Amino acid sequence: MSEQHYQHWSLAKDNDNILWLTLDRQDASVNTLNRAVIEEFNHCIEHVAQDRECQGLIIRSGKDTGFIAGADVEQFGKIKDINEAVDLVRQGQKVLDRLAALSMPTVAMIEGFCLGGGLELSLACRYRVAENSRKTRLGLPEVLLGIHPGWGGTVRLPQLIGILPAMDLILSGRTVSANAAAKMGVVDAAVPKRQLERAARYYVLNKPPVNKPSKLQRVLNFSLLRPLLAKLLRSKVAKKASPKHYPAPYAVIHNWVRDGAHGEKAMINEANSIGKMLVSDTSRNLVRVFFLQERLKSLGKDSDFAPQHVHVIGAGVMGGDIAAWCALRGMRVTLQDREPQYIAPAIKRAYALFKKKLRKPRDINAAMDRLMPDTQGLGVSQADVIIEAIYENLEAKQALFKELEINAKPTAILASNTSSIPLDEINTVMQNPSRLVGIHFFNPVAMMPLVEIVVGNKSDTETIQSATAFVRKIDRLPIPVKSSPGFLVNRVLMAYLMEAFQLYQEGVPMAAIDKAAKDFGMPMGPIELADTVGLDICLSVAKNLTSHLGGEVPEHLVAMVDKGQLGKKSGSGFYDYKKGKPVKRPLAKNYKMADDITKRMSMRLLNESAAVLREGVVEDADLLDAGMIFGTGFAPFTGGPMSYAKFLGKNRVLSEFARLSTQYGERFLADPYWSHHEDGAGQVQTHPRNEGVATG
Amino acid sequence: MSNRNREVYIVDGARTPFLKAKGKPGPYSGADLAVNAGRELLARQPFSPEAIGEVVIGSVMPGPEEANIGRIISLRLGCGKEVPAWTVQRNCAAGLQAIDSALKDIATGRHDLVLAGGTEAMSHAPLLFNQKMVNWLAAWYSAKTFPAKLAMVPKFRPAFLAPVIALLKGLTDPLNGLSMGQTAENLAYRYNITRDEMDEFSVMSHQRLAKAIDEGYLREVTTLYDSRGNFYEHDDGLRRDSSVEKLAKLRPFFDKKFGNVTPGNSSQVTDGAALVLMASADAVKQYDLPVLGKIKDVNWAGVDPAEMGLGPVNAITPMLQRNQLSKNDIDAWEINEAFAAQVIGCLRAWEDKDYCAKNFGMSEAFGSIPLDKLNIDGGAIAIGHPVGASGARIVLRLLHILKRQQAKRGVASLCIGGGQGGAILIENVSEVA
Repeated sequence: MSEQHYQHWSLAKDNDNILWLTLDRQDASVNTLNRAVIEEFNHCIEHVAQDRECQGLIIRSGKDTGFIAGADVEQFGKIKDINEAVDLVRQGQKVLDRLAALSMPTVAMIEGFCLGGGLELSLACRYRVAENSRKTRLGLPEVLLGIHPGWGGTVRLPQLIGILPAMDLILSGRTVSANAAAKMGVVDAAVPKRQLERAARYYVLNKPPVNKPSKLQRVLNFSLLRPLLAKLLRSKVAKKASPKHYPAPYAVIHNWVRDGAHGEKAMINEANSIGKMLVSDTSRNLVRVFFLQERLKSLGKDSDFAPQHVHVIGAGVMGGDIAAWCALRGMRVTLQDREPQYIAPAIKRAYALFKKKLRKPRDINAAMDRLMPDTQGLGVSQADVIIEAIYENLEAKQALFKELEINAKPTAILASNTSSIPLDEINTVMQNPSRLVGIHFFNPVAMMPLVEIVVGNKSDTETIQSATAFVRKIDRLPIPVKSSPGFLVNRVLMAYLMEAFQLYQEGVPMAAIDKAAKDFGMPMGPIELADTVGLDICLSVAKNLTSHLGGEVPEHLVAMVDKGQLGKKSGSGFYDYKKGKPVKRPLAKNYKMADDITKRMSMRLLNESAAVLREGVVEDADLLDAGMIFGTGFAPFTGGPMSYAKFLGKNRVLSEFARLSTQYGERFLADPYWSHHEDGAGQVQTHPRNEGVATG
Repeated sequence: MSNRNREVYIVDGARTPFLKAKGKPGPYSGADLAVNAGRELLARQPFSPEAIGEVVIGSVMPGPEEANIGRIISLRLGCGKEVPAWTVQRNCAAGLQAIDSALKDIATGRHDLVLAGGTEAMSHAPLLFNQKMVNWLAAWYSAKTFPAKLAMVPKFRPAFLAPVIALLKGLTDPLNGLSMGQTAENLAYRYNITRDEMDEFSVMSHQRLAKAIDEGYLREVTTLYDSRGNFYEHDDGLRRDSSVEKLAKLRPFFDKKFGNVTPGNSSQVTDGAALVLMASADAVKQYDLPVLGKIKDVNWAGVDPAEMGLGPVNAITPMLQRNQLSKNDIDAWEINEAFAAQVIGCLRAWEDKDYCAKNFGMSEAFGSIPLDKLNIDGGAIAIGHPVGASGARIVLRLLHILKRQQAKRGVASLCIGGGQGGAILIENVSEVA
């Protein structure tokens, strides 16, 4: 076996005269594609092309972290203008064209992540084989970063599997398993690891016919049909993302209608189209959000805390769902409440969650086995993490933690999921108050990726680290926050909701309020959000916050809760609900939306964000942005509240507050934070250094 | 290590509520049931599940996906890949067989901690293709060409679809063709047991179970939760309003028309699991385990399959003889209530001088067992008889009864389809010697 080593690639020939080209990026733990890697790949391909004896080429990864995770996102931030962007994209396209033009059979041998540019590279091979393990994921997630595939993905994927399945992957950015990819025709075979090399060899030596889209799919690509189908695709995308905020998927559809995913012209147009997007605000913000997420993911990395058993006390909606989530993520879980009748509904919901997420009966069963109802509290003495999720009552929580402290393992994390009671009041009864930490989940637990790690004045640093590590172990995003009323998310969100309630009280139609917020880019309007969260919950958060921070609890909110109108769960709140959907009265055609609706809500939110930063509830503006995006879905394309404030600029922010406070009152007086920060947003790093899973 | 005869203790145990089969598969498979009882049992131990030496499970009809169900249960309970596990089958006494097998492995020093017991999801017993259908299908699959397949079509008969009900097959003696209920009819005939006697015995079983539940005696029962938000705290076959008048209305099931054995005076077809944790003296000391009792002896006996219900008499009597114990030395008796006629038949056989002379060489009859010492907290007529589990259930209940009554010795026994009896002698001790 002869071998040739480059910096990132190595090329070897085996006894069957098959060339094995292995990517093992020298300076990174994950294979991503940057200019240097691509240039070297180009050399390799030129070298391979001159080898007249070889049977074929197999491309694989030398890393156990996966095949190729995509383009190196870090280089996106360094792109200065459209020309540079287009040039970078064209460079990659040409190299992949060379790969595709090789006369010998070529195979991508895929294990683990094969995303974005990684998948595009493998699409330029004649065949693809993938290991059918759980860690293998294939997809083109570019749209999630505000761009679209640029190395021929929007051309080669439709050619391979047909337009509808290809658009499904490209427009949603979703990733699929090896088995699903095989079914779609993205890969030629999905096999266990023990067969992977043999499968790759098989395609080189036997050269079977390559995969082709079905007849129907080929018909759908006819130029006359394309505009019709495009309409359908656009309306499907519109349900998820508006063209104003997320232009990328619409551009993909547009390019396809024009070029039919065919020929050099399609490639050039793909490059021109993505070039514009790479330097757009949307993409730059989404890339920043990507790095913020990586930052949250890296928290707690250095802790060697390895929890296996979680004990949850209180099987209500929060406690039950936390327990189910932990069991889903592989923890052994005991779920404690006083009587079976309180636990049974939680087990039912857990089963529904497992069924939805795991699908295979064997895996569902295993998750159910891991989740043990526990009326006697047997789990207390065995758990590594104990999470209290009982009703919000100081005495009850104190009594509980006093007992837990005695019965729990000395190494166990003692955590409260409280959203309103300060840790430093609960821990006064404890022998060792530094053991108590807050682990605050959001409802619905399975949908909300963010978890606040609440730090009390006495909380021990190592405990905080362990709690953070635990949250990562169950695949949630931890954000450390100070134990102050409402912590981060509820406090900032409540300011925004209160303004929405105020607008409602002034007679602005609910539909107008919700529409204004959605037009701004929120995933759901504030009125509907309040209904979804539950008005009783909103009220208790509002009461808690106003008692600490001033302001008034809206009377109509109190009245509605008194009448049992709790929102979606009770069938009526601000809206009435039919089959879980709000009945919205459409706005009159000539309804003129007042300019200030959006401004009032967003500026309240910004002002509270500033207050939170000034008080040091979160460490920095980056974390605040991350928290609001992953905790509330705050318009990601803006990059978060502080990034949005930076976009507006200090002067505009201050003048808006001046105007709004004169017109609507003191609540709009600019927080002192603003005048202390030059750029109006503190230290928002646009492109933090990070090496991680990337895409493109 | 071999040839040692170490003392063996039972330190804890748990069972599921027994759930009556309602004509369709219940919410739990056999393995599900055992895992639900077992994980709570293990959760309250001071040692981790990996500390267990082996798992032995009795089960008569594990599902088709539950080959060596013992191993499945062990792995699902988190005992780990390294812990060996196996499954035993001795029909109605499979659960007792598991305890006996565990006993031997501890006594000989192979293991110090063994999880033993039994499980049965009788409601999951399959419907099978009959032999004619199987033959037809075999011919169908081996017909390779289309004409050959076509030729098979007219050979099909609707009657081929009549299923074989595995549960009924399992409850029928394969050699003499009698159903288990008919063997009970045989005992009723032999000892002149009337329908009223059977029904009165059955009412007593229900009343005793009701009292045990109300007094909170059945602390070994763990609550079951299902995926639909239901939970089961108690044996659901209990009829608190059971009366001789009501039972008199039921029709004989096994000897249709002229028989006396009805569903009301027979054990119920149920789903359930029962587990016990057994330990050597070393393990008891190592983990400072509370002791429920000590196993003094186990005995198995064969009887006429047509009178399989007398198995307990033939298993218990020699066991007491070799331990130099008389019936008065026994403070509590558990005789599994397969059928009221069968338990009453046992009592009659012990009162029968001829039977005792012929079988045990006794000069006098063994004598009467007072009803207030027998099945004190009710039996299978009220609770149900998930065949693999019952042996472990009665042993566990006996241990708790002895503790409650601060009594010394107890005997638990079951009759076994196919003509056998199994018995165990228990002593109430609280610590190791």
